[in-house]
Amino acid sequence: MPIQYYIYLSLALFSIGIIGVLTRRNAIIVFMCVELMLNAVNLLLVAFSKMHHGVALATDPATTAGIDGQLFVFFIMVVAAAEVSVGLAIIVMMYRNVHSVDINFLNRLKN
Amino acid sequence: MIPVFLILLPLLTGIVGFFIKEDNAAKGWALLSAVLTLVVAIAGIYFYPSIQQSFDSAWLPALGSRFTLTMDGMSKMLVLLTAVSFPLIFLATYKNRYKNAGSFYALMLLTQAGLMGVFVANDALLFYFFWELALIPVYFLCSLWGGEKRIAATFKFFIYTFVGSLMMLAGILYLYFQTADHSFAWQSFYAVQMEPSQQSLIFWLFFVAFAIKMPIFPFHTWQPDAYEQSPTATTMVLSGVMVKMGIFAVVKWLIPFFPAAADKYAQIIIVLSVVGMLYASLIAIRQDDIKRLIAYSSIAHIGLMSATLFTNSRVGLEGVMIQMFNHGVNVIGLWIVADAIEQQLGTRKLSELGGLAQKAPVLAILLVVMAFANIALPLTNAFIGEFLMFNGLFSYNIWIAAIAGISIILAAVYTLNMVQKVFYGNTTVVTENAIDISGHIKLALVVLVVVVIALGVYPQPMIDLTKDTVGATMAGK
Amino acid sequence: MSKFVYLVPLFPLIGFLINGLGRKAMTKSMISIIGCGVMLASFVVSVLVFFDVKEHGATVVNLFSFIKAYSFQVPFAFQVDQLSSLFLLIITGIGFLIHLYSAAYMHEEEEQHFGRYFAYLNLFVFSMLLLVLGANYVIMFIGWEGVGLCSYLLIGFWFKNDQYNYAAKKAFVMNRIGDLGFLLAVFWLIFKLGTVSYGDVFANIDKLSDLDITAITLLLFVGAMGKSAQLPLYTWLPDAMAGPTPVSALIHAATMVTAGIYMIARSNILYTLAPVSQTVVAIVGLATAIFAATIALKQNDIKKVLAYSTVSQLGYMFLGLGVGAYTGAVFHVMTHAFFKALLFLGAGSVIHAMHHEQDIRKMGGLKKHMPITHITFLLACLAIAGIPPFSGFFSKDEILMAAYNSNPLYYYVGMAGALMTAFYMFRLYTMTFLGSFRGTHEQEHHLHESPSAMTIPLIVLAVLSVLGGFVGIPEVFASDAHSLEHFLAPIFAESAKIQHGHHLSHTQEYMMMGVSTILIIGIILFAVSKFKKTQAQQTESSGIAKLLENKWYVDELYDTVIVKPLHLLSVFLKNIVEKSGIDGAVNGVGKLVGYGSRQLRLLQSGQVGNYLLIMVMIMIVFVLIWFNDLTIMNFLKKLF
Repeated sequence: MPIQYYIYLSLALFSIGIIGVLTRRNAIIVFMCVELMLNAVNLLLVAFSKMHHGVALATDPATTAGIDGQLFVFFIMVVAAAEVSVGLAIIVMMYRNVHSVDINFLNRLKN
Repeated sequence: MIPVFLILLPLLTGIVGFFIKEDNAAKGWALLSAVLTLVVAIAGIYFYPSIQQSFDSAWLPALGSRFTLTMDGMSKMLVLLTAVSFPLIFLATYKNRYKNAGSFYALMLLTQAGLMGVFVANDALLFYFFWELALIPVYFLCSLWGGEKRIAATFKFFIYTFVGSLMMLAGILYLYFQTADHSFAWQSFYAVQMEPSQQSLIFWLFFVAFAIKMPIFPFHTWQPDAYEQSPTATTMVLSGVMVKMGIFAVVKWLIPFFPAAADKYAQIIIVLSVVGMLYASLIAIRQDDIKRLIAYSSIAHIGLMSATLFTNSRVGLEGVMIQMFNHGVNVIGLWIVADAIEQQLGTRKLSELGGLAQKAPVLAILLVVMAFANIALPLTNAFIGEFLMFNGLFSYNIWIAAIAGISIILAAVYTLNMVQKVFYGNTTVVTENAIDISGHIKLALVVLVVVVIALGVYPQPMIDLTKDTVGATMAGK
Repeated sequence: MSKFVYLVPLFPLIGFLINGLGRKAMTKSMISIIGCGVMLASFVVSVLVFFDVKEHGATVVNLFSFIKAYSFQVPFAFQVDQLSSLFLLIITGIGFLIHLYSAAYMHEEEEQHFGRYFAYLNLFVFSMLLLVLGANYVIMFIGWEGVGLCSYLLIGFWFKNDQYNYAAKKAFVMNRIGDLGFLLAVFWLIFKLGTVSYGDVFANIDKLSDLDITAITLLLFVGAMGKSAQLPLYTWLPDAMAGPTPVSALIHAATMVTAGIYMIARSNILYTLAPVSQTVVAIVGLATAIFAATIALKQNDIKKVLAYSTVSQLGYMFLGLGVGAYTGAVFHVMTHAFFKALLFLGAGSVIHAMHHEQDIRKMGGLKKHMPITHITFLLACLAIAGIPPFSGFFSKDEILMAAYNSNPLYYYVGMAGALMTAFYMFRLYTMTFLGSFRGTHEQEHHLHESPSAMTIPLIVLAVLSVLGGFVGIPEVFASDAHSLEHFLAPIFAESAKIQHGHHLSHTQEYMMMGVSTILIIGIILFAVSKFKKTQAQQTESSGIAKLLENKWYVDELYDTVIVKPLHLLSVFLKNIVEKSGIDGAVNGVGKLVGYGSRQLRLLQSGQVGNYLLIMVMIMIVFVLIWFNDLTIMNFLKKLF
């Protein structure tokens, strides 16, 4: 599959994520959109990694070029997992306190 | 090692001071620390070989900054001034009550550490570090323990000095990048050769920073407010010792680096200083508040020093040197009197005072001596300094000396005005039940009066102490 | 003996310290014994020094190095020569008498004020001795300012009275104006010659240009104007009467005001070389002499009359200095010290008897109550009026003759002033001692002669006033009889070489003396007859008389022209320039920052969505900037 397809897909995912973050008020959905953006990046990383690796294999069968892109993905997934746990905890606390997960409701820092 | 002790002693005792909860214990601790520092300073300057008077060690090697401390004549004198003034300040204000006394005295001691550092640092970054170390506690002292309008006064003080500090930092960094070996050492800065046109900008960056600290007209308006609003002990430090940082810095960190620019702009600075002298003296004539009056009088005296600094006169520079010490002593004496009056009577307004000489004769006599020292009467210490400085100014320009001389007359007017309004005449409602000063204030003032007279009759030790600095500064030009 | 000259100022200094520090612990008699004792000791040493100088000539006594800064140095050294030893005698001698007199005069004061008084008095004498003894201009300046300080302290001695405090402050500030001139002259000397020692300055005088000498002498003279109360800086001296009367005697007779004369006599060679300055000195002196005499004509305060008479007599001395009669001026300082001290102490005796009443309109007929005071006062009046053979005649005559030689106009104007002197002095004398008593009955009941501690000084001074003139008998009476001139000759030798005055013929001189004496006697008789019948009730005066009574309104003039504008300027600077100008600018910058931050604060809405939107937009902008648009276009082209 040409690399363009992957790029289109991740662009689409990322844009959906951005728009979701910007437009939705429900904290959980915003949170899911952030995850979507992260995964769009992950997808792109894997795709590019595969591409570079494939090119490099043609000249040197023992090469490891390009695989570090996939490594990054693991890092991101780990960080995202940690982030999810913290983020969800925050949202739960928020719900307990204000009985809502509407982010516009949380503007107390303003003053 | 001596300079290290001088910095560490107040620094460590100051940090310990934060944890002392008992007010009286904090006072005693601070006084003890200040006296110890004084002992170390005197012993270090007079009884130890000069090899002990400097220190060098690695500090921030990556930046090319070393922990280098040296003491030349001017440093020794100012170290001595710092060391002498703090015990006297603590002694004179011993009965004053502060909430959270532990923190108050701790901050005072930190300031002392900073001042000591400024006077002995021989590395620009270190100098800047101590400069800030001396200033930052003052912001807190003024804003937490000050008078009614303390926040506004601190704010103004902060803005002024901080702008100055940043300009200085910019100047230091610029010079740093010009040095051959990327070092902050004084010697490396001194070795930098710059085009005269290049010197100008950096010269002004430094000069404005120092001018604010001194302060000279028109950068002075933070001073009366800060002096008025700060607790008097802090004010004594500010005007007695801290303004000398500016003059010290001009002699050590400005003129040697930019001789061409210093000559080029000498005229502007001298005229500004002389204008400031007259301006401050005139304002002092109609001041009703003792503290503000002393503040303006101090501006006038500093104006003379800053004018003389740029006259390129050796005798004048000698005068500036000893006047730095003498001004510190005299102005602290005046503040002590002002504080004694305010603590007892609750007012600083000349219009509400009067007739104190009947109630407090000892205070009256001591004040009269201090007041005459303030107007540089012969046989008081200030005369020597002013005489030599006017000599320098005269050799620069006769007319400027004559115009600056008018401030001698004005000084007599406002100082005697103060003496008269406070001490002479009949008692008022406020002063009716006044009593004379207590022992600790008397002791502090008597010490100061003895210094005033002794240095007025036999000033030679002070002149000799700073001879090397003057020689080096003039040789560099 | 000369090397012990430091004892002369040391004794009063010790007296000052003992009386000043121990004033609470000591009784009045102890205080006065110490106060007078140190003066007596000082006087004895002065006499010894005087005869030593007479025998062995002048020396300079080096004590220690006062200031030594680089190439410039000031030794703390004393000049012991004919001029200073003569002044030492006058200062310590008359000073001692005044101390003695004070012990009785001030006995009403409480112990600690009594001690304070004697401490100040001793300090005053100490400063004056420093002034006279200093071997360079800086030491002279120490004494110069020192007497200013002590006059401030003594004039404001009764510090509860604000009027007195203002007078004290005025004295100090006016002196300071003069001091500035003095200082500038000293700087000028240092600038040109690098030294301030008399010996070095006078030896190197050829290194100074004419302009230098003229400027230096004029600036020094400004100092003398302040200290010796010459036009236009004289108004402090009459106000200085606020102090206790013996202090006035000390200021006017022995110390302080003679400082200016001493300084010019000391620098005589400089003045001789600067004819312009000499003319200025002579004219200012003459103008002051006349001007103060006119004011004295209409004063009613016994001390004010004497004060203006001092100003006027000082004018004569400056006239003498201006026309080069240095010996005459110093001679007049001496005789004036005798009779003016006597007049003031006599006035003090009167005031003492009258319970602090000083208005001569309320006196009269005191002759029979106070015989000693009366007779000594009369002798002093005769001396100051210039009746031969009293002391004032010789000294005044010497000055006026020299003035005639220089410019006859000086002589005629000076003579007019001398006639006025005779008039107002005998007006004073007549209204005080002759006629009938015009005070209250109670005052009359208490009238008494003063105690002997007060009358003995009067008698001593009276003898000196009568006989003092014989040290300077002019050549016209006997050749080589002017012993003062011989004594002082070394001091004025250099000037004498340059001066070449012609002398009047003896007949002309006899004639002038005769005419002036007859005129003065006539004026005296006129004054006595005119005021003998003075009545208690007063009429409102008008015209010139009113102008004179109000001292030509000079004080008011100074007030309007200098003091008030100065205060206005001060208020203007304080309230307008400082508050609105500089502070306004600084605070304006602060306010601007505050305003800006208030506007920027609106961005912080607290809505997470807004923050994110801004974040994304800014990231897009960064991306667009980072890759220039061409790269992006290429990328997009490749993509689609």
